[in-house]
Amino acid sequence: MDELKLYTYIAVFGTFAIYFGIAWWARAGSTSDFYVAGGDITPMQNGMAIGADWMSAASFISMAGLIAFLGYGGSVFLMGWTGGYVLLAMLLAPYLRKHGKFTVPEFIFDRYYSKTARVVAVICLIIASLTYIIGQMKGVGVAFSRFLEVDYDHGLYIGMFVVWVYAVLGGMKGITYTQIAQYCVLIFAYTIPAVFISLQLTGNPIPQLGLGSTLADGSGVYLLDKLDMVVTDLGFKEYTTDNMGGTLNMFAYTLSLMIGTAGLPHVIMRFFTVPSVKAARASAGYALVFIALLYTVAPAVGAMARFNLLNTIEPAAGQHLEYSARPQWFKDWEKTGLLKFEDKNGDGKIQYVADKKTNEMVKVDRDIMVLANPAIANLPNWVIALVAAGGLAAALSTAAGLLLAISSAISHDIMKGILLPDLSEKSELKAGRIVMTLAILLSGYLGLNPPGFAAGTVALAFGLAASSIFPALMMGIFSKKMSGKAAVAGMCSGIGITMLYVFQHKGIMFIPGTSFLGDMKPNWFFGISPNAFGAVGALVNFAVAFVVLRFGEEAPAHIQALVENMRIPKGAGEAHAH
Amino acid sequence: MENEKTYWGENLRLIFICLTIWFIVSYGFGLLLVEPLNTIRLGGYKLGFWFAQQGSIYTFVGLIFWYGAKMNQLDKKYNVEE
Repeated sequence: MDELKLYTYIAVFGTFAIYFGIAWWARAGSTSDFYVAGGDITPMQNGMAIGADWMSAASFISMAGLIAFLGYGGSVFLMGWTGGYVLLAMLLAPYLRKHGKFTVPEFIFDRYYSKTARVVAVICLIIASLTYIIGQMKGVGVAFSRFLEVDYDHGLYIGMFVVWVYAVLGGMKGITYTQIAQYCVLIFAYTIPAVFISLQLTGNPIPQLGLGSTLADGSGVYLLDKLDMVVTDLGFKEYTTDNMGGTLNMFAYTLSLMIGTAGLPHVIMRFFTVPSVKAARASAGYALVFIALLYTVAPAVGAMARFNLLNTIEPAAGQHLEYSARPQWFKDWEKTGLLKFEDKNGDGKIQYVADKKTNEMVKVDRDIMVLANPAIANLPNWVIALVAAGGLAAALSTAAGLLLAISSAISHDIMKGILLPDLSEKSELKAGRIVMTLAILLSGYLGLNPPGFAAGTVALAFGLAASSIFPALMMGIFSKKMSGKAAVAGMCSGIGITMLYVFQHKGIMFIPGTSFLGDMKPNWFFGISPNAFGAVGALVNFAVAFVVLRFGEEAPAHIQALVENMRIPKGAGEAHAH
Repeated sequence: MENEKTYWGENLRLIFICLTIWFIVSYGFGLLLVEPLNTIRLGGYKLGFWFAQQGSIYTFVGLIFWYGAKMNQLDKKYNVEE
């Protein structure tokens, strides 16, 4: 076994051992432990847990790679996935915490006095969460197969087993404490390589400052200026101004991600675990601090990775790398098929340019940037091992949060709330554990046999949350008179129109060939791409709800009193079931 | 009751201020006004680009803590603390 593999085994299985230890220590004894971790998590702890819960394999592995290739256009992810926390902190979290229930659909049921509304919310929640889990499971499989040379399927089984142990045993309590540990692992794994690379390139150890510094090669040229120059010379769009489909599309995309973030149930649920309204507000702040640590480093990682990649292939203008002299990481990633070279002009050298006809780097998968980055920059093996453990921590922590959201929606909202109201606490706890086991098996199955539409589903998850859950929750708090009928009409039309737009572009349930109105221009609605359409869906939701309210009855007096009570922090007890 | 109404009114005013700043730094400086701002430099960063990839995030963090602190004061003032 070589040194790198040994380090990787130590890092990965060492962190797993820590997660198991925590799980045993934080076993859940009651439904309150299982759903809301007993309700006594401090804001700082909750902030870290939210950070790990929220930052998935997509944030850890994919985002910097996206930014590397989109440049300025990648800003939509940076602003969209952080700006949502401002909305959460001011528009949702404190009031939902005050109301004090276990799940999001339960809040919807209380506020809109309607079982239909509760079922609609459960359906939205399950679709959004399941589509998300597929991505996490794939991330686990890929990390194992790339770093430990275990095959994809076995990697997935190991990942499923680890999540099963601590999520089923500990419920929200176990998940919270393991997420805190996972946050620490992933933030170290992300920032350490970035610090090294920033130091190498610019001499500044802080990546956020390094990105705005001059190059350390003595030329006195700013890194970003040099990058702009290099990419435009090769025929790509300028790095710092490339605006991804225009300003309006970026605007709608950012807005969709922000309100989608604020409407994701597995994140909202975490705010039920703190003891007070004040603590709910503070946890949103801490959460964003911990998230911003990664999110402000990511643009530096992206730009520097792009710079290093181009620099390796073409160290100076016109001086191309010989294919036979390519570095080891290049060969490693070629094996995975994520990096492909084709010698079109037969000169044995690598030409990497924007023009598709002469470009010889026929495939550079964006997802390899973060994982390959330490090797491209010649960092020591222990850093590479750490990145493997960090990627797994990001994927597992998010998967656990999503599994809890799904199992609580089924055991608490559907079973206890609608079908079997007499279920005892003990049986409900047992049911929660069984449902979670089934959810793990289902998501593992979907990870092994990813449906054809897996790539498009993250957009759908955000679109659903943005166009259904967020508006319903916000109107429930800020409009006392909003009625159940109007809210259900709003949710259904918001989701409906978003799904129609996505399916019209990408096919019904993403089945190729079923996209309808085929002769319409792509992004025909003011140039807005399907991924960015959740914002429009949310506007439709608000509009329809207010129109229906205008012509129908207002919410009854006791509901209006409930809303008034929700707005005042006084008297918030522990989150409870009834 | 009257007390609680003014409390809610003040809260709404605060939210409005915060979300205005939230909008200006991200959608304003980062997207709509990015081109004029890019003519100004912040070290190696073009200013509009900096707001889109760094500045807006720092502002968001500041906003949430400022809002939390202000709300704690309001809770005390109107005696609606937990």
